[in-house]
Amino acid sequence: MSTPQLLDRRQFIRTAALATGGLVIAFNVPARLVKKLQAAGETVFTPNAYLRIGSDDTVTVILSHCEMGQGIWTSLSMLIAEELDASWQTIQAEHAPAAAAFYHTIYATQRTGGSTSLLSEYDRYRKAGATARQLLVQAAASRYHVAVKDCRTADGHVIIGDKKIRYGELVEDAAALPLPADVPLKDPAEWKFIGKKVKRLDTPVKINGKAIFGMDVQFPGLLTALIARAPFPGAKVKEYDAAASMAVPGVRQVVPIPGGVAVLGDDFWAAKKGRDALRVEWDFGEAAGINSDALLAELKERAVKGGLPATSSGNPDEALSRAAHVVEAEYYQPFLAHAPMEPLNCTVKLSADKCEIWTGTQTHTNDQQAAAEITGLPIDKVFINTVFLGGSFGRRNITRSDFVREAVEVAKASGKLIKTVWTREDDIQGGMYRPAFLHRFKVGLDENGTPVAWKQISVGQSVMTGGPFEKVAVINGVDMFSIEGMQTAPHVKSIPDQRIELNTPVWPVSVDNWRAVGLSHTIFAMESLSDELAHAAGKDPVAYRRMLYKDEPRLVNVLNLAAEKSGWGSPLPPGYGRGVAVFEGVGSFSAVVAEVAVSKGMPPRVTKVTCAIDCGLAINPDGVAAQMESNLAFGLSAALYSEITFKDSKVQQRNFYDYKTLRINEMPEISTFIVPSNEKPGGVGEATVGHMMPALTNAIFAATGKRIRHLPVMNQDLS
Amino acid sequence: MIKLTVNGKTHQLDVPADMPLLWVIRDRLGLTGTKFGCGAAQCGACTVHLDGEAIRSCVVPASLADGRQVVTIEGLDADLAVPLQQAWTEFDVPQCGYCQSGQIMSAAVLLKHNTKPTDKDIDEAMTGNVCRCGTYQRIRSAIHLAAELKRSGAMKLTLPS
Repeated sequence: MSTPQLLDRRQFIRTAALATGGLVIAFNVPARLVKKLQAAGETVFTPNAYLRIGSDDTVTVILSHCEMGQGIWTSLSMLIAEELDASWQTIQAEHAPAAAAFYHTIYATQRTGGSTSLLSEYDRYRKAGATARQLLVQAAASRYHVAVKDCRTADGHVIIGDKKIRYGELVEDAAALPLPADVPLKDPAEWKFIGKKVKRLDTPVKINGKAIFGMDVQFPGLLTALIARAPFPGAKVKEYDAAASMAVPGVRQVVPIPGGVAVLGDDFWAAKKGRDALRVEWDFGEAAGINSDALLAELKERAVKGGLPATSSGNPDEALSRAAHVVEAEYYQPFLAHAPMEPLNCTVKLSADKCEIWTGTQTHTNDQQAAAEITGLPIDKVFINTVFLGGSFGRRNITRSDFVREAVEVAKASGKLIKTVWTREDDIQGGMYRPAFLHRFKVGLDENGTPVAWKQISVGQSVMTGGPFEKVAVINGVDMFSIEGMQTAPHVKSIPDQRIELNTPVWPVSVDNWRAVGLSHTIFAMESLSDELAHAAGKDPVAYRRMLYKDEPRLVNVLNLAAEKSGWGSPLPPGYGRGVAVFEGVGSFSAVVAEVAVSKGMPPRVTKVTCAIDCGLAINPDGVAAQMESNLAFGLSAALYSEITFKDSKVQQRNFYDYKTLRINEMPEISTFIVPSNEKPGGVGEATVGHMMPALTNAIFAATGKRIRHLPVMNQDLS
Repeated sequence: MIKLTVNGKTHQLDVPADMPLLWVIRDRLGLTGTKFGCGAAQCGACTVHLDGEAIRSCVVPASLADGRQVVTIEGLDADLAVPLQQAWTEFDVPQCGYCQSGQIMSAAVLLKHNTKPTDKDIDEAMTGNVCRCGTYQRIRSAIHLAAELKRSGAMKLTLPS
């Protein structure tokens, strides 16, 4: 396969110019692109394509979603390859430009997020492949004067009797044919790629140093910009002194931008030294004196005060007074940073008539809007070249496009071709955190242990308020992502006497999407609580959950599968324990069993994790398994170690030495079991991040009798 | 002026003495396979070989590399690159891929010194390389396979295309 394309659009034209003919499948046509392609001598009938086929047989799949590790480079390509009957060796992928044709089919904006890429594209990409196949067949039928029904396709060829015609030989004829009105899709029984183990298309370039990430974008004359910025969005630069910065060899310019000061240098090191030398005085505004202890105290106060009702029915107080057991518990989870391996960066080339951006982003349309707003250019004059994302976990899915916005500001203020680079310290201290949350419960059980009364107050900042999804996500003041999956859990929605309240503080700390969003904290609360309820009812945690979730058979099914595969109930050595968590999220049903060893004076060691997932149709099963490993490692890292704290308006963590993350020696052995299913594809990129946290703490409880209700585990006394 | 041999090619470079080797490699020589992750020798994304040993190039000043041999992911010898890349491909190790150059460069030094690393050896050699995607389990499997390929000489001496 070829190197991923750094300059999508230009590469597109160049490829087109080199090819002697080609077939482009698409449904929307920007006239500009058609003209360019025709001028380049390409055979085109409708560009803005999801795929194109060259006369050399190369099939290029154009991805409306971005590749950040989750594997869509491969799985979206599989959808097209399947219906096209392509040869896998001829498939290559590239990121789409920012354009309306690539809007998410559900979100109606170009966006990668919510573990929805396959759900969004399952039909659209298969149809694109099927359409191309049908045109190629028609072209072959015409050329050899046979009926379409006498042609079949396999492995990148149309086959007529004993004749095998390469797709590449047919593209020019196919491109001249009208688009078929409708195309049938294959019966799943005929699938050759979907549901099979397929190798990632992006592995080769990611093991030889050739993959291009945003950080690797280079141009002659490009200046590197480091920005002095405050971690709190309301903070302002009171004054700054650039004299010492300008004295650093290689520093070219120091420019103020909204919310900070940018130092531009010939290379990273000059800009870094220049920024180190910069003197900035800040006005923190409302964030002055912000302190984690005070924030936690405020969460607790607010939990006492109450909040807006998310659900309210019957008389939970009266039902509690009649309950056989009453369980009360409070769970706290801290602010978290995303810490993707590739620190944020964004390259901007701004001229009078256009703004070109090179970056790894999940939010193309929002980024275009932000750049248009800053530059005054029309939105279609903002061009986004998407490169590989060196991880994201939500950091490149920010409601206000923070890192793109500031890069455009730097380009505008300096008049230079620039690349912003964040240091690791900038990343850890740069805000946009997973909000800290407190969930408090009072639950009444009947004699069998079934919940009959439910009172809950959740307290934490809203992620969706002020963002593009506010209208659908925030209902009567309640951000449904703050209590994601809680009120809809099978054992909660069936309780007649219940009240769930949400109190939403407005703080100067910026919060935003973090992998699994609400589920990153709600599953810990819900599945820790289920364990406590099982204990109060005197029941085995798995047996109890079977009863609790009986109305959701897909949940019970994965629970049973994980229990069986983990050897649930079999004896363990002293100091070992098993913990379970099962929950529905991002359209998938998952269960996780963790086995942990706890010894005195040592951090708990997770030895084994068993994961069962029903994600509907698993397009690429090995990709699903890889994502489970990723989810569980990410959740384990956060549960064991991660916490962002503030003291006197400063973020106390700086780098991986004090924002600790999981390392190879702490990685448990993970086994994933996928439930065979032909249901529509559920999400996997975020499906079990949340499960890992309570599976761990429930296992610690089983091993030690110690219930952990505050994360991270590192801060808790296990002696 | 410092004299630096990178992947067999010698360069005379006028760089500040405190400029980390990482930025000489990336910003001056344009070799972007070596990654910036932390700037503090905490994550291993910038791992290269200096006179055959794995170092974190984000904290090693260029002046310290004066007159010495540097190897980056782009120039890793085939006797190590081939088994590692084949094993990495076999297990489809990378996800986002950003840390993988560093992972492979650390694993290469392990395999050079140790023909049959145990899990404990792997832990010791690889603990300095962070992967936020959590590909550790596959990295471990791939290192075992790469060692086996290297020992048996069974791999085809071609890089995966």
